[in-house]
Amino acid sequence: MKSGYRLTLWLFLAPVLLWLFLLIVIPHLDLLLMSFRGESGVGNPVWTLQNYKNFFTEPIYWRTFVRTALYAVITTLCTFVLALPVSFYIAKLARPRTRGFLTVLLLLPFWVSELVRVYGWMILLRESGVFNYVLLKMGIIHQPVEMLYNDVTMIMGLVYTSMLFMVVPLISVMESLDDSLIEAAYDLEASKFAILRTIIIPHCKPGITSGAIVVFMLALGNYLTPNLMGGKNSLWFTEQIYNQFIASFNWNQGAAFGFLLLVLSSLIIWTGLKVTRQRLGEVAS
Amino acid sequence: MKKVTLLAALCCFLFATAAQAETLKILTWKGYAPKALIEKFEQETGIKVEATFSNNEEMIAKLRATRGAGFDLAQPSQDRISSVQEKFKIYQPVDYAKIDAKLFIPSMLDAVKKNTKVGDNSYAVPFCWGTSGLVVNSEKAPGADDWNALLDPQYKGRISYRLKRPTLIAIGFALGYNPFDLYSDATAYKAMLDKVAETLIKAKPLVKNYWANGDALLESMRSGEVTVAMAWDNGGWKLHADNPAIDFRAPKAGALGWIDTFAIPSKAKNVEAAYKWINFMMKPENAGYFTTQEKVATASLDANAHVSADVRANFERTFPKETIDNIKWYPPVPAKLEGMEGKILDKIKASK
Repeated sequence: MKSGYRLTLWLFLAPVLLWLFLLIVIPHLDLLLMSFRGESGVGNPVWTLQNYKNFFTEPIYWRTFVRTALYAVITTLCTFVLALPVSFYIAKLARPRTRGFLTVLLLLPFWVSELVRVYGWMILLRESGVFNYVLLKMGIIHQPVEMLYNDVTMIMGLVYTSMLFMVVPLISVMESLDDSLIEAAYDLEASKFAILRTIIIPHCKPGITSGAIVVFMLALGNYLTPNLMGGKNSLWFTEQIYNQFIASFNWNQGAAFGFLLLVLSSLIIWTGLKVTRQRLGEVAS
Repeated sequence: MKKVTLLAALCCFLFATAAQAETLKILTWKGYAPKALIEKFEQETGIKVEATFSNNEEMIAKLRATRGAGFDLAQPSQDRISSVQEKFKIYQPVDYAKIDAKLFIPSMLDAVKKNTKVGDNSYAVPFCWGTSGLVVNSEKAPGADDWNALLDPQYKGRISYRLKRPTLIAIGFALGYNPFDLYSDATAYKAMLDKVAETLIKAKPLVKNYWANGDALLESMRSGEVTVAMAWDNGGWKLHADNPAIDFRAPKAGALGWIDTFAIPSKAKNVEAAYKWINFMMKPENAGYFTTQEKVATASLDANAHVSADVRANFERTFPKETIDNIKWYPPVPAKLEGMEGKILDKIKASK
């Protein structure tokens, strides 16, 4: 009886394990090996650390990474600041019926692909776009302004595409927050800021952390939004990986960049958890 | 028991549909396999055509990842074949006996044969050709007639080009180099690239954006956001049909000429169908239809009679005899240059 149960378990587990092993583990091992391969001066394949060394010795590469990571952090902060009141409203203030409606409203943009959403923004913001048209008609500006292709627009696009991933965990932790705590604080004449700082944020910490990790990773690994909305000035690190693979035919270098992205972003998250004195286990539970 | 029968039936069904329809998988550029021609080919031969749209770099990367499997036919540019073949072995030699040579312009067939030769074999036959040059809105930028218009401060914020290797070549010409002569000399080519990078970084405030999508560029030219762009001739002609002020202009230094080809991946499953498709596409009436639709000239010998008058007018207006003679055709790219160019392109995009 017991062995039959085991067999069924393995049978059901097999597709998942095969999936993980064949499509995730093996390609990554292949990439890892590839990242340590290179060509000697005469063009023979050799084992080398040169691909990793290039990242640290060539300013373009590590600077692009630093810039990408910095912008991903900024995106995460902006998303948090915007998502906190939104999720507080949905979880605490809205009536149960409107709550469902508002959540659907948040989900709605995610029913179309990211590409379509980004192009939607581009139609709104471009020089001959909707915003400029309205502003010109209203007489606020007299010359169309190019609102695309700068860092502010790019960050706005990133925040927009990752909002949901911050709002959802925040709503779920806020639902467990006891309203009487806030009421008591008001009775004791605490200021709004004090309530936010000492009651709401500490209670929401696990939700904030998991939301922040997801948003940070999404922003860091994004390719489309920086490329389309950032335009001429925004070399994102993912784009550099793409360029190594596709334009330069240098898969070894691209693989090394891929692993550096993995390691360095994990390191940033680890530091973030250490600084806020949290453990990944607590966040996940 | 019932479930097993059901499963078996399902398997049979899957195998049956797989065996029934013979397919031809083409890896090509957008527009190179028009729907009407795909349908016609299916009717004539019973072979289903699946087209995947891509560009030179992605075609090579895709075939390299599968070591030449997954597609029965690819359409890379002729200058990107020999060095790639030498290194990654992703194509198989073309059996010219299976190609109907009468359908081709002989000089073009010979040129492609010569340029894609690795060892004793050649790896491609020509399909179509065109040029990169300037697309200019002559009302707003009347003076733009050479590559240096892309660097001209008077068109500030109205300039657009791709950040890809053809742009590096074009700016090389604008700076007075002949990049194609330097192909064989890596150090001299590097020196030119450094100069080009310096120029393009300095010119960054002048550029509206680096376009990546042809349709998006056409849109910004139509709306007047961009008045001088580096683009392909057929893009300029498409715009000319809507707005006569916009047209393709071959730069004085010479437009950059490319030939896109048919090449057969090394692990193609349906090689016979690939040859059938090649001969089908090169038939004058089909090639003519393609040219009328996409405004791209083909290597088909007698297609001209099947090309609509307005498209022919485009060619005659843009390419008088001396302009044709002045086209700088891309020679095969030596292997080492791509890595160098990749780094330079990153550098340009990363700097402020």
